[in-house]
Amino acid sequence: MSVLLIAEHNNKELKPFTLNASTAASQIDDDVHAVIIGHNCDEAAKALSELPLIKKVIQVEAAHYENFVAENFAPVIVKLAENYSHIISSANTFGKNLMPRIAAALDTSQISDIIKVIAPDTFLRPIYAGNAFATVKSKDPKKCVTIRPTSFDPCESSGGSAPIEKADPSEEFAKTKFLKREEVKSDRPELGTARVVVSGGRGMQSGDNFKLITSLADKLNAAIGASRAAVDAGYISNDHQVGQTGKVVVPDLYIAVGISGAIQHLAGMKESKVIVAINKDGEAPIFSVADYGLEADLFEAVPQFLEELNKLNTIQK
Amino acid sequence: MKILVAVKRVIDYNVQIRVKEDNTGVVTDNVKMSTNPPDDNAIEEAVKIKEAGKATEVVAVSIGEEKAQETVRKALAVGADRGILVKTDGIIEPLAVSKLLQKIVEKEKPDLVFMGKQAIDDDCNQTGQMLSALLNWPQATFASKIEIKDGKLEVTREIDEGLETIEINVPAIVTCDLRLNEPRYASLPNIMKAKKKPIEQLNASDLGVDITPRIEQVKVEEPPKRKAGIKVSSVAELVQKLKNEAKVI
Repeated sequence: MSVLLIAEHNNKELKPFTLNASTAASQIDDDVHAVIIGHNCDEAAKALSELPLIKKVIQVEAAHYENFVAENFAPVIVKLAENYSHIISSANTFGKNLMPRIAAALDTSQISDIIKVIAPDTFLRPIYAGNAFATVKSKDPKKCVTIRPTSFDPCESSGGSAPIEKADPSEEFAKTKFLKREEVKSDRPELGTARVVVSGGRGMQSGDNFKLITSLADKLNAAIGASRAAVDAGYISNDHQVGQTGKVVVPDLYIAVGISGAIQHLAGMKESKVIVAINKDGEAPIFSVADYGLEADLFEAVPQFLEELNKLNTIQK
Repeated sequence: MKILVAVKRVIDYNVQIRVKEDNTGVVTDNVKMSTNPPDDNAIEEAVKIKEAGKATEVVAVSIGEEKAQETVRKALAVGADRGILVKTDGIIEPLAVSKLLQKIVEKEKPDLVFMGKQAIDDDCNQTGQMLSALLNWPQATFASKIEIKDGKLEVTREIDEGLETIEINVPAIVTCDLRLNEPRYASLPNIMKAKKKPIEQLNASDLGVDITPRIEQVKVEEPPKRKAGIKVSSVAELVQKLKNEAKVI
């Protein structure tokens, strides 16, 4: 049977992780269909139909889908599910919020946050903040799986021309009302997909000092990350948090500044290709995962880092 | 208003996890166990709501082995009024937990159910959403702020893009983020008092729910180790290495 992918979008564009989730879905079965639920989302549906991996798009439209409330989305997917062996979405806050609601309605034991498809019923997933990897096999007839987007490459975004079918909306769930969303707009690369990430921790000592991180990120065309300690202390907003309960990132270069390296932070970044740690405490656990460790006061090291970068003729973007 | 709070006993977040040599799981013998951290936030929030006069009773429930009683007892020590322990052995999946919690909800008829957004052992992040699906209640997941207004809840949720605010009718499920509040420590007098608070013990098998695992845990392994890195002595050396050795800048 076919696989149903739940597309994530903002009614205009697909969210980038939909491409990673498509790749994961295609590793389970070639026949990947994608459902897009939204309001005035024709543009995003068209973009979805152009992914070569997608064989069919199902578009479901209603005003009450405008803000992606899980209570409204779940019944639509539950109804479609009878034709599919697997329901797939990203394990980001969108999929984490939605998928269990679908799985419970289907009486299926969900498999969360997989990093590898071993067989259509067998998957690899990190547990204990990535300190162990579990191979798990689903015995449910239908499988609900969320995928860790950064563990799958994004698929091609053009060249396909899947048919777009319309399906009927479900009734509105009146007991939950969306009020507002405060998105942090930025010209920087997105944290989840950036080639370089510069992160600050409690060692930054204040929100104002985070401008050192910003300058370094500007220079390297990097996204800005943070440890939970830095977010909790109010130095920077929550959408920057990297870790077990924040975002998982796997950039080519991760620079941890003033971050001690709590287990829950390491869970979010230790798969990065190259890790740099700058910390004045030589015993800090972050050095155990760093390829290049610099034991130094960050308030001296970061300005020097900027100077050294200025001396270079070229910096990769 | 009555608030039910679900708490899970997990390996303490500071413990270095070790995988068993036979690859059947992780070592839990003689390992420090604690309350799942965001479940502490869930209890704290419920107790705060009660202290503000907006709730009449806070009931803590845990599902797990006999020793999970300690986790319930800790919730009582920070202000829950009474506890329920649903005893089970072995692996219990979030779907089964949510079905057991549904039975408890039907019996206790709470107006709100709070729990942590994710357990730090299996990292599933499912139970609250599953319970709200089974009950057909509203769900406010990853909550970092809860306001009670005219019998409704205004909840700020932490999402990847930033923050989202929703309004939900009661009864409802709220799963709590670590930033929701600062959990208090239990004082010694309160720990003593908690020993006298009642904990009702039930067996999962008596609740008429099939909790047989649907997922076979084939094996548990150590994650691949990163090869040891080096310490550089200066920023200049660091930049040289990044440029010429790692070739990432």
